[in-house]
Amino acid sequence: MKICVTTKGSDLNATVDPHFGRCNNFLVVDSGTMDFESIGNNQGSASGGAGVQAAQQVIGKGINVLITGSVGPNAFSLLESEGIEMKIFSGGSVKEAIEAYNSGSLESIAAPNSPGKSRR
Amino acid sequence: MKIAIASGKGGTGKTTVAVNFALAIGNAQLFDCDVEEPNCNLFLGVDLEKQEDVTISVPEIDAEKCSLCGSCAEFCRYNAIAKLPQRVMIFPKLCHGCGGCQIVCPENAISEIKRPIGIIEKGVDLGSGISLFQGTLAIGEPMATPVIRQLQAHINENRVAVVDSPPGTACPVIATVSDMDYCVLVTEPTPFGLNDLILAVEVVRQLEVPFGVIINRHGSGDDRVEEYCNSEDIPILMKIPYDREMAVLYSEGIPFVQRMPQWEKNFRALYREICSMSSNTSSGESCSEMSI
Repeated sequence: MKICVTTKGSDLNATVDPHFGRCNNFLVVDSGTMDFESIGNNQGSASGGAGVQAAQQVIGKGINVLITGSVGPNAFSLLESEGIEMKIFSGGSVKEAIEAYNSGSLESIAAPNSPGKSRR
Repeated sequence: MKIAIASGKGGTGKTTVAVNFALAIGNAQLFDCDVEEPNCNLFLGVDLEKQEDVTISVPEIDAEKCSLCGSCAEFCRYNAIAKLPQRVMIFPKLCHGCGGCQIVCPENAISEIKRPIGIIEKGVDLGSGISLFQGTLAIGEPMATPVIRQLQAHINENRVAVVDSPPGTACPVIATVSDMDYCVLVTEPTPFGLNDLILAVEVVRQLEVPFGVIINRHGSGDDRVEEYCNSEDIPILMKIPYDREMAVLYSEGIPFVQRMPQWEKNFRALYREICSMSSNTSSGESCSEMSI
């Protein structure tokens, strides 16, 4: 299972970033081996459409699950259409987020929970 | 002669100045470019008739032809196109209608469709001869600039155009002011008025449009706006007092030049002053056309 977690840092001890489109970094973690790849979010300061880019980027990595704080409407429609499971986590490390996911205690993001920024 | 009435801060009196100025000049074209909330007609009350829709071109992808190469998504600097493993998705509200995706597509799979985002209306005030052009951006639409550009396409170069700008210093203001012969910046003598005036001055200087300042509600605050203008050699074109009679007329939707003849004269004098300062070659001509 490939799990993408939005983070402020670049390893498993880094804090989870509550923003999806404008997070610092994506950590793509193999939940079986805990091997991970850190991917910089190069659109974090885009004037608009950061969520679209972010979603495109992580979908391209073949992820199954996204763990973050909030997802805007454009990113949500992309992730949902690709059948990616979206889960809420905040206030802990990437490792804790994965453990919480494995224990089944994370709440799903069933609808966009951030206004996004579809305007300049 | 095209004169924009702009300001950094909102609520300083742009529309008040624009409407009274246009009425005093007479036979002018008045453009309400504050397309997110046009309000000039609150003070004129003319019957508006729809002239046209404003549309922008957004891409449509032929899935049969698309090879999922991703060139379009990579090209789009507004992130309006996302390439997914199996298909391409478009986000029309992020699209600026530049057409670049269509050009870079190697499969010729992209065509354009027109998406309506607003309307242009026009009405004539028979008493003054003012033609009012109003643009209205549809609710929920993020991009005002295409509506403003299309509205300004109705400018008749042989008439005086008074152009009421949106507030602020962002794209809609730049779209409104860029092509003007002169820009009047309306401010108020408050710390907020001064702060936002300074920002607006930076913008019009960049745009290289000659400009001057009107201080509205003069007497209500302090002297810092005047001190700033003097230190920057910015002409103070007019001071409109913080006056109860004007406020009452405003609250009733009556342009004050219609009840206070001295102000009709003041605005005409302002127009002549602007003509003499503007670099527009036809300005002298336009000025002399001002009848009465």
